[in-house]
Amino acid sequence: MTAPLLHNKSKIAASPPAPPSADRRTSFDAEKARADFAILSRQVYGKPLVYLDSGASAQKPDVVLDTMRNFARQEYANVHRGVHFLSAAATDRYEAARRTVQKFLNAASEDEIVFTKGGTEAINLVAYSHLMPTMQPGDEIVLSVMEHHSNIVPWHFLRERQGAVLRWVDVRDDGSLDIAALDAAIGPKTRLVAITHMSNVLGTITPLKDIVARAHAKGVPVLADGCQGAVHETVDVQALDIDFYAITGHKLYGPTGIGALYAKTAHLKKMRPFNGGGEMIREVMKDRITYADPPARFEAGTPPIIESVGLATALDYLMSLDRAAVAAHEHDLLAYARQQVGQFNWLRVIGDAPGKGAILSFEADGMHAHDLATILDREGVAVRAGHHCAQVLMERFGVASTSRASFALYNSRTDVDALIAGLHKARGILGHG
Amino acid sequence: MDSALRELYQEVILDHSRHPRHYGVMEGASHKAEGYNPLCGDKVTVYLQLDADGRVGDIKFEGKGCAISQASASMMTDMLKGRSQAEAEKLMQGFLHLVKGEDASDLAEDDRERLEVMGGISEFPMRVKCATLAWHTYKNAVEEGAT
Repeated sequence: MTAPLLHNKSKIAASPPAPPSADRRTSFDAEKARADFAILSRQVYGKPLVYLDSGASAQKPDVVLDTMRNFARQEYANVHRGVHFLSAAATDRYEAARRTVQKFLNAASEDEIVFTKGGTEAINLVAYSHLMPTMQPGDEIVLSVMEHHSNIVPWHFLRERQGAVLRWVDVRDDGSLDIAALDAAIGPKTRLVAITHMSNVLGTITPLKDIVARAHAKGVPVLADGCQGAVHETVDVQALDIDFYAITGHKLYGPTGIGALYAKTAHLKKMRPFNGGGEMIREVMKDRITYADPPARFEAGTPPIIESVGLATALDYLMSLDRAAVAAHEHDLLAYARQQVGQFNWLRVIGDAPGKGAILSFEADGMHAHDLATILDREGVAVRAGHHCAQVLMERFGVASTSRASFALYNSRTDVDALIAGLHKARGILGHG
Repeated sequence: MDSALRELYQEVILDHSRHPRHYGVMEGASHKAEGYNPLCGDKVTVYLQLDADGRVGDIKFEGKGCAISQASASMMTDMLKGRSQAEAEKLMQGFLHLVKGEDASDLAEDDRERLEVMGGISEFPMRVKCATLAWHTYKNAVEEGAT
């Protein structure tokens, strides 16, 4: 049984944050970075592409695509099994990619990085391998109403199959997490706190360090869904002291088909294998089996080898930038967009939490998100429309769907201007309902 | 303005979406079904009062959705009322052809003229499901929705 939610249609905070001055200069050159992404120079419907859907999936810099291609052309073979030259070379690259992820998250050991096919599989791995074997009916999982379905459905599985209780923590009307409510929800039966690092709809950044401290004070481990958070924030899993952190490659300017779970060694050693197959075993006989040590234990079958090289290249690309400056650039875009949409009294922004990341969700009077997105699309402006795999959150804010513009390192104020012009146009076509 | 957009959001469609016909709950409906588009979260409920011979004696719909799905549902209720099952089926097939940009010449002349405003959707393949949601829900109500 789930705890009741607030169903009331919420008032949205009216006052937008003041935009930073336009002449801010940082050590990050967004225009130069934009040139690293070939796809951004294409047109759609004869108009320049304005890509504001990086929250769904980011574009990939040429260096990622080129490195993957060159690897496949020069060094590719299966990993961990051949003695031949190429297998050794590919294994080196695959394990080097693991170390790159380790560095990116500042994990203590490369063995704490498990490659998965994405963020969803990383979270499912925690559900199946960490929780499921010891879950008792009535055990509780604490999660927030702003979770993506990938950080909800695995816990519903445990509710359906093993009698777990989902304890929902609300967000405030501005989209910020009520940390006291979260703390209060953690009780003696709580087995895990599963929380997003950054909401894919609201942009809210959660105070992970504080959350982990409060949960650990009660002996409860914490899993963060970092699919959005790792893109915009610098993550240090050791400083956070977090137990599990999930990332996905394709939002980090890397390829699809690969993600990773960071898990503390102490947890990994106790976790039951997930998928069974090659690579994850030590010895297989007719009547018994022994398993490989983590992380290999959780990487059954041929892994996403070419993708691992792509992911490592993407992370190297990100780490080669001044990430604080990139974050400042993205915040500037968000603040500018927030200020610009503030002129529309027919538009409600959903999510104005202090310090939020570069995602702007909104609902427009008399304009359904899909109609709006269709009109914007014809202007070359790609936004996401729908429930964003966050139906619990949609219910919380009393909306069926929203439009969402998400900003990445390659976006510019010109992109924001195109969005605003598109909104004017949409109002002209659909408005005055 | 983009001519495809003008075609899609022409006045007839916007009028239907803003002022949907036959909108609301029907108490005591003989048939009813709910349709759902998981892509956008749009929902529609179609209520029918089928006569003994299957003719659509009355029809209503309720739901939330984009302009296309609301307009399509509204036009559908306008056009289905009073039709036999065979006529309704023919109309639906013709409509499906029309919104997919396929040959819709099997539609009766006056039906085609009325439905032509929905033809612009064929230029927007991502939106075809919005237009067909109500129709599939109607079909579902007839086949499996006896109350």
